[in-house]
Amino acid sequence: MATKKFMYLNRRSSFGTVYAIESLEVVLIAAAFEQDVSLAFMDDGVYQIVEGQNTDGIGMKNFSKTFHALGDYDINKLYVSKESLEERGLSESDLMPLVYEDEDDDWAEKSSVKVVTNEELKAIMSEQDVCLSF
Amino acid sequence: MLHTVNKSSFERNSLQSCVNIIDDTSVILFIEDGVINAANNSKSSMIADLAAAGRVFALQGDVEARGISSKLADNIKLVDYAGFVDLVVEHGTAVSWV
Repeated sequence: MATKKFMYLNRRSSFGTVYAIESLEVVLIAAAFEQDVSLAFMDDGVYQIVEGQNTDGIGMKNFSKTFHALGDYDINKLYVSKESLEERGLSESDLMPLVYEDEDDDWAEKSSVKVVTNEELKAIMSEQDVCLSF
Repeated sequence: MLHTVNKSSFERNSLQSCVNIIDDTSVILFIEDGVINAANNSKSSMIADLAAAGRVFALQGDVEARGISSKLADNIKLVDYAGFVDLVVEHGTAVSWV
């Protein structure tokens, strides 16, 4: 099967709508088909990967922990909009430390998260074969 | 009156509409994604005066779920579900800005 470049565009926060968790489910399914997958987080989507989420008080599943599994599925390109972070008073240090092991570099642990400007994101997006929006 | 806002102002203009017509004695409670408005961010000025007057509340469980407990704007008061009920009792008619 030919490999295509898939980008999943996440623009909603985690719990107010079902978009965020549905996106993550589809990402994990796509990973099983060994496609070139990347994720983009912009607008309120950046809240999906904020460190320290605790859902005990609202009785919902804290699926933010699932993002830590993406590295094991060879999904290690998580692009985060710099402008969206800044508008929200957030920075890269507020995000979860999501990592993967690089098989081409003696399994060194590397960050999957890359903060990019909208200009950079525009270029990354234009390289995609398929762009799915959530 | 008690005004509840459950949407992020980055997503919808619910909070702006609410702030535009809120009277001098009513309070705002942020719930669900509305708690994003309680964080210190580029839109915080919208509620700064109301918060300084002690009239802006946020539901603690929703704040913690979104990992923004340490990011709150000045003078936001946190309440739990019992506190939510107290606000309803104290302020009478509730208006929901969805």
